[in-house]
Amino acid sequence: MAQLTLDKESPMLSGHLGCPGCGAAIAMKFALQGLGEKTMVVLPASCWGVISGPYPQSSLKIPIMNMAFATAGAAASGLRAALEMTGRGDTTVLSWAGDGGTFDIGLQSLSGAVERNEDCIFVCYDNEAYMNTGVQRSSATPFGMRTTTTPGGRWKRTRKKNIVEILAAHRIPYAATASIGFAADMIAKFKKAAALKGGSRFIHVFASCPTGWRIPSEASVKVARLAVESNVFPLYEVEDGVRYTINHHGRRKVAEYLEGQGRFRHLSAQDIATIQAQVDAQWAFLRRRAQEET
Amino acid sequence: MKQVHEGSHAVSEAVRLARVQVISAYPITPQTHIVEALSDYCADGRLDARFLCVESEHSAMAAAIGASLGGVRAFTATSSHGLAYMHELLHWAAGSRLPIVMAEVNRALGPGWNIWTDQTDSLSQRDTGWIQLYCEDGQDALDTTLMAFGLAEMLNLPVMVVLDAFFLSHTYEPVDVPDQDSVDRLLPPFAPRFRLDCEHAFNFGQMVPPARYMEMRYNLQLAMQAAEAGFAQLAAKFEELFGRRPQAVEALACADAQIVLVTSGTVTSTCRQVVRDLRRNGEKVGLLKIGMFRPFPADSVRRHLSRAAKVAVVDRNFSFGAGGIFAQEVRAALCNRQGHAPVFSYVAGLGGRDITPRTLMEIYDQTRRTATPPDESIWIGLDAEQVKTWRN
Ligand SMILES: Cc1ncc(C[n+]2csc(CCOP(=O)(O)OP(=O)(O)O)c2C)c(N)n1
Ligand SMILES: [Mg+2]
Repeated sequence: MAQLTLDKESPMLSGHLGCPGCGAAIAMKFALQGLGEKTMVVLPASCWGVISGPYPQSSLKIPIMNMAFATAGAAASGLRAALEMTGRGDTTVLSWAGDGGTFDIGLQSLSGAVERNEDCIFVCYDNEAYMNTGVQRSSATPFGMRTTTTPGGRWKRTRKKNIVEILAAHRIPYAATASIGFAADMIAKFKKAAALKGGSRFIHVFASCPTGWRIPSEASVKVARLAVESNVFPLYEVEDGVRYTINHHGRRKVAEYLEGQGRFRHLSAQDIATIQAQVDAQWAFLRRRAQEET
Repeated sequence: MKQVHEGSHAVSEAVRLARVQVISAYPITPQTHIVEALSDYCADGRLDARFLCVESEHSAMAAAIGASLGGVRAFTATSSHGLAYMHELLHWAAGSRLPIVMAEVNRALGPGWNIWTDQTDSLSQRDTGWIQLYCEDGQDALDTTLMAFGLAEMLNLPVMVVLDAFFLSHTYEPVDVPDQDSVDRLLPPFAPRFRLDCEHAFNFGQMVPPARYMEMRYNLQLAMQAAEAGFAQLAAKFEELFGRRPQAVEALACADAQIVLVTSGTVTSTCRQVVRDLRRNGEKVGLLKIGMFRPFPADSVRRHLSRAAKVAVVDRNFSFGAGGIFAQEVRAALCNRQGHAPVFSYVAGLGGRDITPRTLMEIYDQTRRTATPPDESIWIGLDAEQVKTWRN
């Protein structure tokens, strides 16, 4: 297996306020390894608003602009404009929102920003629920998951929204998925996104949440890997909204991924079969988009 | 140079002269003319600024906040529903201590849809930490906008420049448009006290525990408290440059007045005429124009009203369950003074209904004839038939 060495001097400092095993914290570390220190982060309300530390501390060495929940796209746009007007156009603007801040309340602002093709990297770190407020469902919550607002037998019966397709529909230069379970791939994608400077780039990062998913903290990366290996969360890129490339082909069963996650423990064999069928169909669909033989 | 401009364009001219660097805006009647003109200036190079066509007012203010924290002079404009939609971000802008300037055209809130003037939209944002300045005419709109940038940057507070729909925004008047050099002397290039900077990285707007939050709010209040003096200081410089002196509060014939009428916005112009006419007939009447509503210039208001026997506040706005909003503020300013004058609260002209000299005469007469206010607020010009029809 390839060895990956992370920079010792990371823009992310060693102390932060994430839970043990927090996938969102790992995600930031990898992202900044790809982007470097000439980066400014726009941070709407989310767990990351906590992870970044309370006044007067910061878990990042780079500037952070915390913002209201719905505003990541617009705030990043305003900052971008200011940087250009002050001769600092070479600085990367990284908009870093959770799934709630991307799929739900922040979708309009994000859509507006990418329709203008703002020169920013928009990231959704996806932990599949509103974690900061105590694990409520979002439209990124997958079929089958229990949350505090889809409790007991009322576990979520609707599917996860496909955010990459929504962004691709804006025909932005670059949209991709990445996972904290595939560090080298993820860092390479952030480097690629940085190199595609000039327009809107979107990266959907799968970031496990031990607290909300009810998995052991040390299982964070393993579960994220299994999501890719089972094609629940495929790794792929979309260039100019139309050219799809799949980066990894999973061979495992969905059951292996679901197993051991408290959030799915209630599912019957039939429910799991339903999910497997959904995943298979979506995987086939993705392969057709990527013009792979199916 | 004197030019003929509608009120909206008087604002646009000031924004151009202020060399704003980022503008974000979303259309809403009757604000659109302001940003349409600015969009033209950006397109033809008269203004070197980025113009962001955002997808909502919430985003317009969010983008202005991003730009301002990025270290540039930022401007937006809105009205009514747009302002209400921005509400969350108004707190964010003020709490972030960003000197954003916004033009806000007073328009009624629905339902029913009504695009005409009414101050309830801006006044219901009074607790957000924005300085609010109300304009009387086209010249006032231009001057106040220039003052707004100076004041905002002096105090690190956002400023709302407020103008009446149509009566001001769409009314053409001669306006003295100053030359660029003089404006540059009033408003040197924006030098932000703090900004997002990779060389000096800070975490802005982060979590703040109870042990630290209150002091931040208190500091915001200290800045607010300095606003009236700051305004006067800037106004003196303004007068040196342009020969006019903007005023936060203007008292006309208040010194010996028995009854003082208190107004804001375009009603003030009408009221000037009424006061002149009444004075000619020997009536001891005065006029107090309130230009600055936040911070409320309580000391000045107290001083100018200290000799009046009665005060009549004309409000083109209303706080349901309370009363006219300027009247509430005037009452609050006076209430701790022994033997202060009774304050009559008149509500008139909501949703763009005319306030004519006759309306103001009626208000004056009622005040003169009545010893003390008969009610918390008195609605002027209601049609009894319509009221009966809709009564529950
Ligand atoms: C307008 C508004 N509504 C609600 C909230 C409360 N809130 C803060 S963070 C959050 C959830 C964020 O979820 P997500 O974007 O998925 O990020 P996560 O916390 O899961 O990392 C919510 C609902 C808020 N801050 N602002
Ligand atoms: Mg989330």
